[in-house]
Amino acid sequence: MYDAMMAETIGFNGHGGDVIEGYLARPLGPGPFGSVVVIHHMPGYDAPTMEIARQFAANGYAALCPNLYTREAPGASPDDAAATARARGGVPDDRLVGDVGGAASYLRSMPTSNGKVGVIGYCSGGRQAFLAACSLPLDAAVDCYGAFVVGTPPEGMPLKVGPIIHLAKDLSCPLLGLFGAEDQHPSPEQTAELEKELTALGKTYDFHTYEGAGHAFFAVDRPAYRPEAANDGWQRIWEWFGRYLAG
Amino acid sequence: MCTYLTEKIEVAGSGKGADGWFGLTEASVYFDHPVHAPAEHTLNIDFLAPGRGPSARVAVELTVESARALAQAIESTLAAAPPGLT
Repeated sequence: MYDAMMAETIGFNGHGGDVIEGYLARPLGPGPFGSVVVIHHMPGYDAPTMEIARQFAANGYAALCPNLYTREAPGASPDDAAATARARGGVPDDRLVGDVGGAASYLRSMPTSNGKVGVIGYCSGGRQAFLAACSLPLDAAVDCYGAFVVGTPPEGMPLKVGPIIHLAKDLSCPLLGLFGAEDQHPSPEQTAELEKELTALGKTYDFHTYEGAGHAFFAVDRPAYRPEAANDGWQRIWEWFGRYLAG
Repeated sequence: MCTYLTEKIEVAGSGKGADGWFGLTEASVYFDHPVHAPAEHTLNIDFLAPGRGPSARVAVELTVESARALAQAIESTLAAAPPGLT
């Protein structure tokens, strides 16, 4: 089996045609391959997120992770960039959609693409994955513990994000949701509310809430890491993308 | 969980970052996941000078106990300073 892969920093056109930085990891075989836009967590475009992109490449997907903080902090270290983005209120929703749309177009245009593109996001990226899947034509989506799809952010919160459950009617693709039972953002009640809405709308989705896990249980470099939940979650991701993106 | 809670204040003073000393203009105080500290949540403070770019930052991530102890130490130190200086 030929399993060589390539991972590198590229520039591509994001929202408004801006050239933004991204991390592209892809198998070097002839394809055709499905593709995934990886949306990083709030702490930024960091080494563990790049490892996630390489994980997709190793499993036969071209993955592109946009640096959502390119504009605020070009060239800055991920933690400094995240602090700057946080202080400025986070990533505006319309800009996020433009950046993910640009990443999806880039992936579709690759000669090895099978034309299918999914999206996955973690933490704030989970909400953004849902937002992208409701705003762009995509083939599959995975929301890993995204807060504020349902529910209003606390008073005084500097991030300019609001609930987006009203967009569920426009969800363009099957949605996999992976959540922690001990998480409060999103809480199990909030994910249940989203599930109810998706059922009412007749959307294809699959939600799993892991006992003994809280927010960020996929993060191998943090105390929140929960191997059992993460391993099962990864398995479900492979099945989900295998069903809707591969081939 | 990601608490997203952030207090932002204007500050005057200086901080020493990766490239040496610089003048500070603001600080963000928030309780959330740390980048480096081995705890699920920490009280984080970023001393910033946005005019000098994102890398003009002095950051700390403190456990809850440490943060409370720091706040008390700051208050008691200021209270103990000679009258007329503070």
